[in-house]
Amino acid sequence: MVPVYKAAQEWIHISPSDLNYTFTGAMGQGSSHALGLALGCPDRRVIVLDGDGSLLMNLGTLVTIATAAPKNLIHCVCENGTYETNGAVPIPGAGRFSFTAMARAAGYPKTYEFSDLEGWQREVGRILKEEGPILVTLKVEPGESYPEDFRRLYSVERREAFRQALQRG
Amino acid sequence: MSSVQIDDSVRATDILKELKRAGVRFVVALPDRTTSERLLKPMLGDPDFRVVQVCKEDEGVSICSALHCTGHRALLLIQYTGLLDSINALRAVAVEGQNPVCMMVGLLGKEPGVPPTGSKRYGLRIVEPILDAMGIEHDLIECFGDAAKIAPAIEHAYARSQPVALLVGREPV
Repeated sequence: MVPVYKAAQEWIHISPSDLNYTFTGAMGQGSSHALGLALGCPDRRVIVLDGDGSLLMNLGTLVTIATAAPKNLIHCVCENGTYETNGAVPIPGAGRFSFTAMARAAGYPKTYEFSDLEGWQREVGRILKEEGPILVTLKVEPGESYPEDFRRLYSVERREAFRQALQRG
Repeated sequence: MSSVQIDDSVRATDILKELKRAGVRFVVALPDRTTSERLLKPMLGDPDFRVVQVCKEDEGVSICSALHCTGHRALLLIQYTGLLDSINALRAVAVEGQNPVCMMVGLLGKEPGVPPTGSKRYGLRIVEPILDAMGIEHDLIECFGDAAKIAPAIEHAYARSQPVALLVGREPV
């Protein structure tokens, strides 16, 4: 799992694991890290929990991923319309564009969009088993606050633990 | 005159051989006129390399770093303008993240035989000082024999878990 920013702060508490890859470093880079993992580990499923502000910063990644076409990559973008980590300022064009449509136009063979939890709960199990690359837009609202720990997210020691966990299989 | 210049230039076949010797399997690339014809195009047809074409160079910094986590060696083949555009990713992902991102950087427009810091082009003159300021080791790959620097530089980068920049000073022959 490759969660970024707010999703990462939450995910490491919701589902702690050495196989959480949070070492994305610079904003916008989550999906590119996920692509590298997917290409390097074709026998493992890689899921990126991207942010809307983050993906806007690296839109070319949609074409790059669609072209590389890793079958084991699921690209989820959590769209809450704000730069939540940076003061909850609205993203440009909030609500006026579609990541789902962009991904489809970029060449993702499959895209999904969910705005209600029930629909996501019903479909997620099936989607996670499908062949990628897949983009899933998750229309979400800012949730409860989790403690922020960027040092933990970008820790080199944690990354080494990830490498070792990957090697253990 | 031109034959002397050609004889002195680094050989593309030597560069490709050294990359293979260093264990590079993935090449993450954006084209640069300095390297496209003799390096990138042959790589695209070489079964020993898997080329991943990216839309922007900072994507490549991250892809190479993640590939390292999976146990693969990668080369980021870009133009110096892309290196300048990727400073933040290099700062965060490669340097602070201690990832051995190995870059081969075409110095488009550099005058043959002139050190990058002596170029008439501002953009070229600042490349090495910026790398020095960031603590990124670099080597100039320009003349016959320079290809021998490549495999040791890559090995050193992986041993230190730090990035390295191999600056291609003119189009290989």
